[in-house]
Amino acid sequence: MTTAPLDKPMSLKRAGLSHNAIFWGGFCVVMALLIVAPLVLPEFWRRFLTEVLIWGLLAMSSDLLIGYTGMISFGHSAFFGLGMYGAAAALLAFSPPNLWLAIGLGLAGAGCAALFVAYFSTRLRDIYFAITTLIFSQIFYVVIFTWTPVTGGENGLIFSRPRLWIPFLYDARFSSATMHWFVLAVVAGSYLMLRRITQSPFGMVLQSIRENEARTRAIGYPVQLYKIVSVMLSGVFAGLAGVLYAIQNEFAAPDFVYFITSGDTVIFNVMGGIGTLVGPIVGAGFFQLIRELLSRLFGDQFPYLIPLGVVFIVMIIFLPQGLLGFARRWLNR
Amino acid sequence: MDMLVGFIQSIPLDLVLIQTVNGVVTGMILALVASGLTFIFGIMDVVNFAHGELFMLGAYIGVVVFALSGNFWLALITSSLMVALLGAALQILTLRPLIGRDPLNTILVTFGISLILQNYALWQFGPVARKISEPITSHFNLFYLEYPWYRLVIAGLSAALIGLFWLFLKHSKFGVWIRATTQDRVMAQAMGIPVPWVYTGVFAIGAALAAASGVLFAPLAGVTHTMGLDWVLKAFIVVVVGGMGSLGGSIAAAIFISLLEAYASIWVSPAQAVIVSFVVLILTLLFRPTGLFVPTPK
Repeated sequence: MTTAPLDKPMSLKRAGLSHNAIFWGGFCVVMALLIVAPLVLPEFWRRFLTEVLIWGLLAMSSDLLIGYTGMISFGHSAFFGLGMYGAAAALLAFSPPNLWLAIGLGLAGAGCAALFVAYFSTRLRDIYFAITTLIFSQIFYVVIFTWTPVTGGENGLIFSRPRLWIPFLYDARFSSATMHWFVLAVVAGSYLMLRRITQSPFGMVLQSIRENEARTRAIGYPVQLYKIVSVMLSGVFAGLAGVLYAIQNEFAAPDFVYFITSGDTVIFNVMGGIGTLVGPIVGAGFFQLIRELLSRLFGDQFPYLIPLGVVFIVMIIFLPQGLLGFARRWLNR
Repeated sequence: MDMLVGFIQSIPLDLVLIQTVNGVVTGMILALVASGLTFIFGIMDVVNFAHGELFMLGAYIGVVVFALSGNFWLALITSSLMVALLGAALQILTLRPLIGRDPLNTILVTFGISLILQNYALWQFGPVARKISEPITSHFNLFYLEYPWYRLVIAGLSAALIGLFWLFLKHSKFGVWIRATTQDRVMAQAMGIPVPWVYTGVFAIGAALAAASGVLFAPLAGVTHTMGLDWVLKAFIVVVVGGMGSLGGSIAAAIFISLLEAYASIWVSPAQAVIVSFVVLILTLLFRPTGLFVPTPK
């Protein structure tokens, strides 16, 4: 114990310095790998990687709720879907289709949906929050599914991809490589923003709500307002994922507003590790890889969700922190 | 004003009466499902996301046993027993390790179970809807309709099952154990009540209730692998609207919501009539988040 005062500041300082260096170094390496990836990967895996990034963004947005605010949302498909249909509306209504208009309208749609859901569901806590978000997402599903003249009903909407247009800089058709880079830029930017949000004073309040809601309220923070804002932020990022998915696949379908999307989002989070932001992306990749592997081994008809469900349950019982849980503190520093 | 009068005059009274009967029948089945859900939640603090899948699986087992034996009542009993055993196994394997952890973990685990069961049903039985023929085929006249007696028998049976269940809780030894565990788990354990087995029993009983309602419902509409989610959603709405953990509130809310949906489907398609129950849920959350059918908390 006597040597501790001598040792400790040194090692802490060293760890602090190297932490930053290692973190940003690692970030740059991963980014470099992801930037190079479309140039070397075959078309199938390029598309696979792009979709994993999009699902990762969706999962990451819900991590803001699950991991940082302590609220499990089973309704993220609504925000994802509204982003999708918002983008579809912008692309169909204006010609020539404009990329930024699609993003703007998608985000607005998802934000409005999130405000609506948040206003009601944050009145309830824990499990009831989870159930009400699920029920609200189902409302959006029923409306989209049955309002055929506007949403295309069961068939959804089909549109053409806009041009990748960056004012004064770049204007060309999307190729599958530029699509990947565009998605990567959006996801990486979202990650940095979400990371900044969770480290800001606002994010600290969210984490204190997760740790002890009653005490946070007693200190004088308007807890419900904070929760509403965090659901909205989460919803907007989920909507962004929806916009990307719509642009990548050139359609919007009611299936993606259905509960299965929300369920997948929660699975990605739990598998990758909640409260880490990168964990959900890893979880999405892990999930899609196993799925791909199973369907290659046993054919397309194989019910891949049965073994994946078993893996999911085993992970909750024996590895509740998820794949990246061991690095949680380090990643959040 | 004229519009209102015109609207009231345009309501087809006979249709309203028929839909009232229909609403009560589905309401009683829903009450049976929801009472299992609220029972498991009230005692174990577990939100059983897989409840709808147990309902669905119960219906499928009913279909299989009925196809083999041709006896509906045998199918009802076999299916309830088998799903009860399955429920007990699931509780021991997946929920028992989670006792003492954050209750949110249980919703994740039961969600995983529901995924597995649903995909198993799709894999085993395929996407085509199965049906059981009605065990009682006689009809009676309700206006111009030949109304099947079977539907009324379902409503009566559901009510009887709920009543039996209530008696069991109030008077049997196991029921007393359950109520003691709900009040004070540690004290119950100190008195020699095998608390982990009480939890297992509770989950098995809840599962059996879900399976029984599944078999009762099977002759009314086709059995598909996706029916679980519809029913668990409805049951969740009922549990929230009726007041959490309240058996009486759940029954009242189940009938109330089913009646509203039945009336709404006079004018709109059944798929859109679901929105009515969503609206009831939103209004409940806004004005009375503790539940419509429970006394005002002090």
